[in-house]
Amino acid sequence: MKSELFVNGKSRVVEGHPMDRLLDILRDELGLIGTKEGCGEGECGACTVLMNGEPVLSCLIPRIQCEAATVETVEGLAAAEARAFLEGFVSDGGVQCGACTPGIIVTALALLRDNPHPDRQEVQTALAGNLCRCTGYEGIHRAFDRGAEDE
Amino acid sequence: MKALAPRTLDEALLQLTQTPDLRPLAGCTDLMVSEPEDRRDWSGVLDLRGISELRGIEWRGETLEIGAVTAFSEIRDSPEVRQSFPALAEAASRIGGWQIQNRASLGGNMANASPAGDSLPVLLVLDAQVVLVGPEGKRSVPYRDFHLGYRQTALGPGEIIGWVQLPKPPVGATQFFRKVGTREAQAISKVVVALLASVSDGQISDYRLAAGSVAETPVRLTEVEESIVGRALKPEVADLAGHLAAQAVRPIDDVRSTAEYRRFALAQVVRRMTLQLVR
Amino acid sequence: MTLLGSSPPRPDGASKVDGTLRYANDLPMDGAWHGATLRSPYPHARIRALQWHPERAPAGAVCVTAADLPGPNGVQLLDDEWPVLAAELVQHVGEPVAVVAAPSKLAARQALRAIEVDYEPLEPTLDLSTAGRQEPLYSLELKSGEAEEELARAHLLVEGTYRTGHQEHIYIECQVMSAGWEADGSLVVEGSMQCPYFVHRSLIHVFGLTAERVVVKATPMGGGFGGKEDFPSVIALHAALLAKACGHPVRIAYDRHEDIIGTTKRHPSVVTHRAAVDAEGHLQAMEIDVVLDGGAFRTLSPVVLSRAVLHAAGPYRCPNVHIRGKVVRTNTAPNGAFRGFGAPQVQFAMERQMDRIARRLGLDPLEIRLRNVLEEGDRLPTGQTMDESCSARLCLEKAARETDFKQRWRHLEAQRRDIADGDSMPGVGLSLYFHGAGFTGNGERVLQSVIEAALLEDGRIEVRTAAVEMGQGCDTVLPMMAAEASGLELEDVVLAPPDTSRVPDSGPSVASRTSMVVGGEVAHVVSEIRDRVLAWWSDRQESGAAHTVEDGLVRGEKGQSWPFREVARSYAEAMGPLVVSRQHEPPEWQVFDEETYQGVAYPTYAFGADVVEVEVDPDTLEVSPKKVTAVCEVGRVLHEKLCVGQVEGGTLQAVAWGLMEEVKLEEGRYLNDRLATYIIPTIKDSPEMEVHLLEKPWKGGAFGAKGVGELPMDGGAPAAVSAVENATGIEVDAIPATPERFLALTSARRQVPSEPEDPERARGADR
Repeated sequence: MKSELFVNGKSRVVEGHPMDRLLDILRDELGLIGTKEGCGEGECGACTVLMNGEPVLSCLIPRIQCEAATVETVEGLAAAEARAFLEGFVSDGGVQCGACTPGIIVTALALLRDNPHPDRQEVQTALAGNLCRCTGYEGIHRAFDRGAEDE
Repeated sequence: MKALAPRTLDEALLQLTQTPDLRPLAGCTDLMVSEPEDRRDWSGVLDLRGISELRGIEWRGETLEIGAVTAFSEIRDSPEVRQSFPALAEAASRIGGWQIQNRASLGGNMANASPAGDSLPVLLVLDAQVVLVGPEGKRSVPYRDFHLGYRQTALGPGEIIGWVQLPKPPVGATQFFRKVGTREAQAISKVVVALLASVSDGQISDYRLAAGSVAETPVRLTEVEESIVGRALKPEVADLAGHLAAQAVRPIDDVRSTAEYRRFALAQVVRRMTLQLVR
Repeated sequence: MTLLGSSPPRPDGASKVDGTLRYANDLPMDGAWHGATLRSPYPHARIRALQWHPERAPAGAVCVTAADLPGPNGVQLLDDEWPVLAAELVQHVGEPVAVVAAPSKLAARQALRAIEVDYEPLEPTLDLSTAGRQEPLYSLELKSGEAEEELARAHLLVEGTYRTGHQEHIYIECQVMSAGWEADGSLVVEGSMQCPYFVHRSLIHVFGLTAERVVVKATPMGGGFGGKEDFPSVIALHAALLAKACGHPVRIAYDRHEDIIGTTKRHPSVVTHRAAVDAEGHLQAMEIDVVLDGGAFRTLSPVVLSRAVLHAAGPYRCPNVHIRGKVVRTNTAPNGAFRGFGAPQVQFAMERQMDRIARRLGLDPLEIRLRNVLEEGDRLPTGQTMDESCSARLCLEKAARETDFKQRWRHLEAQRRDIADGDSMPGVGLSLYFHGAGFTGNGERVLQSVIEAALLEDGRIEVRTAAVEMGQGCDTVLPMMAAEASGLELEDVVLAPPDTSRVPDSGPSVASRTSMVVGGEVAHVVSEIRDRVLAWWSDRQESGAAHTVEDGLVRGEKGQSWPFREVARSYAEAMGPLVVSRQHEPPEWQVFDEETYQGVAYPTYAFGADVVEVEVDPDTLEVSPKKVTAVCEVGRVLHEKLCVGQVEGGTLQAVAWGLMEEVKLEEGRYLNDRLATYIIPTIKDSPEMEVHLLEKPWKGGAFGAKGVGELPMDGGAPAAVSAVENATGIEVDAIPATPERFLALTSARRQVPSEPEDPERARGADR
């Protein structure tokens, strides 16, 4: 099937099997390799993108549900939003290997849109669907704390 | 493969009449956890997410109606649900993580018919009714008669879940929900418990208890309820309720937990909820 | 210059947060085919027949089996016992039996169905209890003093058996490898790996190529933790075999399921302690038996066992010690390298044993450790005398002071019985640990690591090492060390990509050795280039006087200065290429006798102490780790934020290994081969962490550094379990310490509520 999506603000027409994953559409058809596969079954959050403004797991979304959808990936979001947060995220130790990072950034930016000053518990609730194996999550908390301090 | 994305319920029903083995899609958070080859072997899919009639939360008289494809994030945040059905709001907030809650739907949780479905014991204690729609028209079944066995439901060929109807709970009733999972989020439950209880004149006048992950389907623990209703509200009743709950289930050992632990945790959680009525 | 210890932003950070960094599976396919692996469904079986039916497979698909190997069927690590593909026997569920390649991923998966294998199941050995009766894969012994005699006349004899389970690495990026053959017959392999030269050597071994004809390129890694030390050699061989067979480059990208069932894990262990203790709690003698489950093949198990044996007595003083260690074979996936490399298992046991001794004597966990803590001048069981860089007491006292440990432990111990029904049970636990820096024994001497630096035409200096960035931050720290040593600016130093055609074999990125060993040599070679350039520049100046370099500027006598890069560019123009290389030599006095296990096993040790605070749910026995205070003495902090990050991440892995992570096997099959069922902590499960870094520089290491990557893995689990004990009174000697395990341990005391008498009539029922 052929579908039109709006990815990072641009119309993109893609074609393939209705049950192909949005993750593969982004990576293989559109070359948006920032979105990572960590488990392929909705557990790790590495493939998080915003669909119609909400964080979702692109490994669990079939092509048939992408028609006319607005999709924002890490490439689009990181280029447009919260540069200071992203820099702090690096310097505060939110990043180590980086494989979970795009998913975490997408979820984090979605949280900050709704809630510019999340407390520790709100950060935990929002990011509970994003596994990180390197940082112990403490550097991620620091990045949010600094954001609050900078305000 | 047939891939249909109707915009109205009528359109969907027509398509289901023509092709009853279409696989309905909602949030896809369970369905997409499958081998890609297998997904390609399905004869057809019917995406329900575009049907606005199946989405939303609304009072109809004394009944709150929730469309089948309504996502758990909407249920979690809904003032109506939080006000009148806090146990359901709590269950919705404990499913997966944010991303899963944005996609997974109440209807999907029911249709998937897992014994561990987090929202299902809540539906049991709320005496939910399920409205099914299909080529033969609409019918309403109590949720307790919907989930028939391990991954088996009362859905007929070409039939889909339309709405869940929750009767307004008795005034003064207290609702409890507790998920004991493998971790704090992104967890499948080891035991999940829902309780709705009312107390009047120092007596437990209503006591509806259900549990998941302790049998092939989520179960309403009616023997426990019958023993508890009518008793004076005293701490020993909590012990009794816990004890009876553990007796009433036959859980299994599996990858997430042991039968012994499930029975133990169920008893403890039921006891604790009941004690909270006392205090 | 004060670059070291500061925290410049990591150079890979920006491309990681904006998603532009390309990992192995993000590289363009460029016509590559996809590989897939057929795996054994049996833990142990004979392959009676294997038939490939190309007519049933997608067009063009190829299949490679053991019969197609051009050379030895062995993955070259310490030896080549690990088969590339199973030949006559399969030894574990998930063992590769054949590999296929096809133009698409789906076609490759379909091609697997065109292979028929006839297995004759054999009796498997599934766990340590039965494996113990067989000939071990490897065994070791370490002895000092007269342990048996002292134990026989012990004032107090304390015995314990402690068990730890598997741990799966769960790097977020699964294993990925691509291979392609060039027209000239050379082989190029690229993928996610910690040790490009390990892969290089294993390819040479099987294909019989000369070293120059094999090029291995390591991509930035989405996590390793040891899991990409040994296994990438296997998948690289598979990809290279398939590429040869189909005539296209081939990429193999594991999905999570096969990454869990097919790759190495942390060795499960059973450690048995017998200790003789005097009335004051001083250790007089210890007899320790260490048994590790090696899985189906030897892989790196002998060196894991070696580190285990060398850490088994912990950072404690004990004059009489006898340690026996062995690795046994089971029909499960081979266990291999995982952060800590045997040390976490034995230190879990030692720490639990210390708590047990304390309990027997009525002491608290701090006191027993203070009375036995290793100090400068004390000797390890290997005979090595601790030098001034020994900081065990420093760590212990700091951790205790920061957390008011003694008071709180005693308070919680006393109030346990008074906790009201329904209140969560708080507990606090302590651990003390150490980690030998760098390779074990003569490892560094055998490695003969070479580090190179080259002056580029533009005047910058290229550092050439095989160190791979896996998140730990070597791409940040190595240039810092070079700049610090040479007076150059960070921007004057560039790192060559870890590609065997461009960098020498500086050894593997393992054993917390990259900063300490490789970094030290980087500082040397870069300084040498600086010196040569300076000498040349001085000669050309009228005065001919010595010049210095500071902040990237060459400073002359009369206050003149020139950017080093400009000076170096003129050098390159005038003199041509300049390459300096240097082989790492461990200190002469670092001599270890592999026969007697006496001598200097590690030139120095990093130390740490953790205090973990938990709350236990009174109803469900679920444990929430609330806070960890980790004190780590790492010699010298090179980059503060990265160092803290290593401690935080390692600590969470350790706490999770202790409390929740569990590989569940049934008849050799993984029951939890998915991320939905193999449980690692989410951000909601994770404690607040407070890290204190201490420095007791080791003069032999680069700027005093001792290595930090693995240290924090050693302390989290015993401290967490000790905290649970403090909270509940339940003594736990096996991990993971799950609620299910607590329940099994306490079923006599904590059962489902028993049926009360008719509550209507029960006494005291009138609340």
